[in-house]
Amino acid sequence: MSRLSEHSLFQLTLVRMREFIREPEALFWALIFPIALAAGLGIAFRNQPPQVLTIAAVTPRLAEALRQEKLLNVMELPPALAEQSLRNGKVVFLAEPASDGSVAYRYDDTNPEGRQARMLADQAIQRASGRRDPVAGSDRIMREPGSRYIDFLIPGLIGMGIMGNAVWGLGFSIVDARRKKLLKRIIATPMPKHYYLLSFLLWRLLLLVVEVGVPLAFGALVFGVPLRGSALALIAISILGALAFSALGLLVASRVRTIEAISGLANATMVPMWIVSGVFFSSQRFPDLVQPLIKALPLTAVIDALRANMLQGAGFAQMAPQAAVLGAWLVVCFGLALKLFRWR
Amino acid sequence: MQEQATKAGLRVRTLRKAYKDVVAVDGIDLEVHAGECFGLLGPNGAGKTTTIEICEGLTEPDSGEVELLGLHWKTDSEALRQRLGIQLQETQLSEKLTVLETLQLFRSFFRQGPGAEEAIQKVQLEEKRDARVGSLSGGQKQRLALACALVGDPDLLFLDEPTTGLDPQARRQLWDLIEEFKLAGRTILLTTHYMEEAERLCDRVAIMDHGKVISQGTPRELIASIGVEHVVEFSAGNTTLDLAGIGRIPGVRDVRSENGSVLMQVTELHQAVPALLAELNRQGVPLTELRTHSATLEDVFVHLTGRHLRDE
Repeated sequence: MSRLSEHSLFQLTLVRMREFIREPEALFWALIFPIALAAGLGIAFRNQPPQVLTIAAVTPRLAEALRQEKLLNVMELPPALAEQSLRNGKVVFLAEPASDGSVAYRYDDTNPEGRQARMLADQAIQRASGRRDPVAGSDRIMREPGSRYIDFLIPGLIGMGIMGNAVWGLGFSIVDARRKKLLKRIIATPMPKHYYLLSFLLWRLLLLVVEVGVPLAFGALVFGVPLRGSALALIAISILGALAFSALGLLVASRVRTIEAISGLANATMVPMWIVSGVFFSSQRFPDLVQPLIKALPLTAVIDALRANMLQGAGFAQMAPQAAVLGAWLVVCFGLALKLFRWR
Repeated sequence: MQEQATKAGLRVRTLRKAYKDVVAVDGIDLEVHAGECFGLLGPNGAGKTTTIEICEGLTEPDSGEVELLGLHWKTDSEALRQRLGIQLQETQLSEKLTVLETLQLFRSFFRQGPGAEEAIQKVQLEEKRDARVGSLSGGQKQRLALACALVGDPDLLFLDEPTTGLDPQARRQLWDLIEEFKLAGRTILLTTHYMEEAERLCDRVAIMDHGKVISQGTPRELIASIGVEHVVEFSAGNTTLDLAGIGRIPGVRDVRSENGSVLMQVTELHQAVPALLAELNRQGVPLTELRTHSATLEDVFVHLTGRHLRDE
């Protein structure tokens, strides 16, 4: 055995790793689950190609005019059938000649597709009847990575992973060891106490490479999620986040003696942040009044910083406010945890 | 002074510890000599674990003094931790680690001592070297816990109920191991509520009850102190007995009725048994069961407290 492998900090960190990789569920929730979630949501909310609306026309002339519009799928139907199709939703819009030579549009004005079809149809008919637009407009289509849902989601999932793994990882392990009186046994040895806590942090940082790296690589390779900011800043904010959440996990676990209690407490700590911190949807949707509060949460800080870095190319300077929030959580939680922590 | 200090493995003076309204340890004095195996014997709740955990530096006493290997917790805790081997009651070691990994971890906490492999040999767990702790039997887990206490090559070994919950075979195996360490000259303080364990392993014993040491000495001395060498136990079915008549038999010290049988403490077995048979015959009582055994520490405890060690 070399000197390093005989060092108790090395041995303790090795124990953390062994306990983690020998727990298949932990592996699943920490690594596989976020990727599956990202893949599922990425596919479900992928940006759709422009939608073609199906409409009906009752005369060949109207149908001919409407077919000039590429975003309309025009069916020429006899009046009775056309009306029936409108009623059962097969078409969203029906154009028929009115008695005075004008054209009548029939559609449900509460249905956005109906309203859209009316605009497109009316434009097509006017143009077919000789209208000339006073100002010509031309389209330049932009579908750029960075503005899609998956681009929004990946930083959110990474933040959620850093939080979940730290709070669960520390919380469960420590409470389990306390419950089994293993904590008490271990402080009955000459081991320096801070080594025990330090081993959790070391293992957390090792795991961070995987828990940030894997979803990041997955997003970039599969969905082309951009990485515009400095990689160093991204690593730094991830480490700071992992430390802040580890301190939070330590605080949550500082006195709890049962697995049931730690499950409840960890959930009570994390679920509100999952909802308000903008993992799946923007935290801007909450009222202005509570925005300062939401911004002060550690998960909001991590996710905002990651998004700014990945999507807008933010560097250290732009991420300073979020870093300050995380630093404050780190210091306060760690300080409190040291005061409250019970070894038995 | 220094020499005297090293001679005394462990010295405890007027130790007191109360939890809320319960006095767990009520002013006890103990002295364990170097190289001796000393037992704290008593029922559950007698204060044994509190006493041993105060000695181990895990619990702060309300008052009193503890001196181990001539050192004190207040001033020498780091040096002490290196020299103590500790087995706690009911510690569950991490189930996902192997035997070897567990011992490597514990070995890494100490500056010196046998390697993990050597410790495995000492407690005869070679076959389980690479088995997960979760797959071990109760006896194997206790042997591993013992190995964890030995990897620092301790001068003073604390064993808190080392065989509680084990089957008789596993218990005997552990006793053999502890006896080997005794022969190696280690000082051992152990707690137990098994009188056979105390009789077999301990050079001296302190009997504890309600936080106090009620008797102290070698097992022989303690048994001799109650002036009784044998115990006769018999049942007479459901018939009513004249216990006073039996008590008048020469050499009978004490007679008590318990769970349908009668316990007599006697000095001379060969005289008491024929006399008992004659007395039962006189009373016209049929004898359904008769047993005798030499007096044990259990009988000492019964004599001193009127209760059994394992009564709850």
